[in-house]
Amino acid sequence: MTALICNAIRKTYGAVTALENIDLSVAPGEFIALLGPSGCGKSTLLNLIAGFEAPTSGALTVFGETPHRPGPDRAVVFQEPALFPWLRIWDNVTFSPRLAGKPRAAYEADARRFIDLVGLTGFERHYPDQLSGGMKQRVGLARCLLMQPRLFLMDEPFGALDAQTRLAMQELLLHVWDTMKRTVIFITHDIDEAIFLADTVYVMSARPGRIRSRFTIDLPRPRQIDMLADAGFNALKRDIMHQLRD
Amino acid sequence: MKPARLRPLAQALLLPVLLVALWEYSGQQEWIPEGLLPRPSSVLATWRVWAFGAGGFGLNPYSGTWGPTILFSAHRVALGFLTAVAIGVPLGVFIGWSRLTARMVDPLIQGLRPIPITAWLPFSIAVFGIRDAGAVFLIALGAFYPIVVNATHGARDVRLNLVRAASMMGATRSQLLLRVVFPNALPAIMTGLRLGLGVAWTAVIVAEIVAVKSGLGYVLWDAYYVGRMDVVLADMVSIGLAGFLSDQLMLALSALVLRWKQYQK
Ligand SMILES: Nc1ncnc2c1ncn2[C@@H]1O[C@H](COP(=O)(O)OP(=O)(O)O)[C@@H](O)[C@H]1O
Ligand SMILES: [Mg+2]
Repeated sequence: MTALICNAIRKTYGAVTALENIDLSVAPGEFIALLGPSGCGKSTLLNLIAGFEAPTSGALTVFGETPHRPGPDRAVVFQEPALFPWLRIWDNVTFSPRLAGKPRAAYEADARRFIDLVGLTGFERHYPDQLSGGMKQRVGLARCLLMQPRLFLMDEPFGALDAQTRLAMQELLLHVWDTMKRTVIFITHDIDEAIFLADTVYVMSARPGRIRSRFTIDLPRPRQIDMLADAGFNALKRDIMHQLRD
Repeated sequence: MKPARLRPLAQALLLPVLLVALWEYSGQQEWIPEGLLPRPSSVLATWRVWAFGAGGFGLNPYSGTWGPTILFSAHRVALGFLTAVAIGVPLGVFIGWSRLTARMVDPLIQGLRPIPITAWLPFSIAVFGIRDAGAVFLIALGAFYPIVVNATHGARDVRLNLVRAASMMGATRSQLLLRVVFPNALPAIMTGLRLGLGVAWTAVIVAEIVAVKSGLGYVLWDAYYVGRMDVVLADMVSIGLAGFLSDQLMLALSALVLRWKQYQK
């Protein structure tokens, strides 16, 4: 079954048309990047998929179902980490299974595994405000991993990080994705990031937001940092830049 | 204590100590009549008899009654304050969370709020008589406003992204209220509790002056009538002390409940 289908999606806010005629089809296990300038409607599209808002018209299905409200089958990693400052890291990560009333034994081992995977072992009893920006984003990632969602939605999750931390986070995400092979919708305005991470890059244009073109990224996996300077990488980057410019 | 921390303490105490010394000196020189403003040393002596003197029916009706008097007031403050918390916190959080509740309840609260508790005194006596319930009612009413208003603000400014994060993790509406909106409002709620407790001490004195026959407020007015300014002053200091200590208690409780706050930049 197709992971995500958008069919002629349109979203308006009063007189502003944020999205127009969005068609999208994402296969299970595919990693797609939505690339576009800021204000082109990327977050709006993600909010529709997450179920935070409803499209003005058009149809949207996630694994065959129309999402009417947010739910743990669609995990969201936000641009600003959106952790609960009053909860310790452990309680932030395990928030979802605890909401569902699961006993600790049901999630403890997984929680430890994912906290370890994102490199936060030893920080379980810290509060979010004691962590750096990159570490908070890793908490946000770990709590989504623990939800075992069918779809990962990421809205410029590394946009606020410095270049070095961002690269480390991208590698971490690739590593995680290689082991899980879940469907990812990744939003970014950074061309390098889109090419480095995704199988498919969709370039969006602004006002109203439309999908302009689609690029298949056939760089081999697992991806390595060295690829960021490859000839193949640069050729793709040049093509995409041309699309973004006019 | 380190010298570095001693210095601010010394700076803080300098002015009060000077004032008390000046006051004592002017009393000794009889610049101020003792009957109008007793010296600090006589106030202290009076307080010692009030606090530790033998009870019973001696010449001094105040002897040994300080403890019970404070307890009477503290008990009323506690009852009124807890009533205000029990109603004000849930109501405030709910007003902040639900637009409908806000539209229906907020105007009523804002409409009643400008009526000071002193204006409620006749009403309170008419309804409850000269009994504890009247005092507790006034205290609860006075403490209720800051508590409900702060809880409302705290619940209202929950960040959209926190609500979205919780709902994408599967939170129901009641879980959102209890596990996101309420903890998010907790810092504001604690501020409201602190303000409310301050108002409660003001209210208990007013209520005891007019509406009941025991406690610090009653003694204050009673002593004034029989010309015992030394007791009046000792009473005033006791009120200040009780208010200060209960505020410190609230601060400690706040620090405990809001442990995570200390890391916020
Ligand atoms: N809740 C809203 N109300 C009104 N306009 C909105 C709202 N959300 C987004 N928009 C508008 O829709 C457009 C797309 O916004 P957004 O999806 O946030 O862009 P991006 O994430 O690509 O930067 C912008 O012009 C923005 O002003
Ligand atoms: Mg955005």
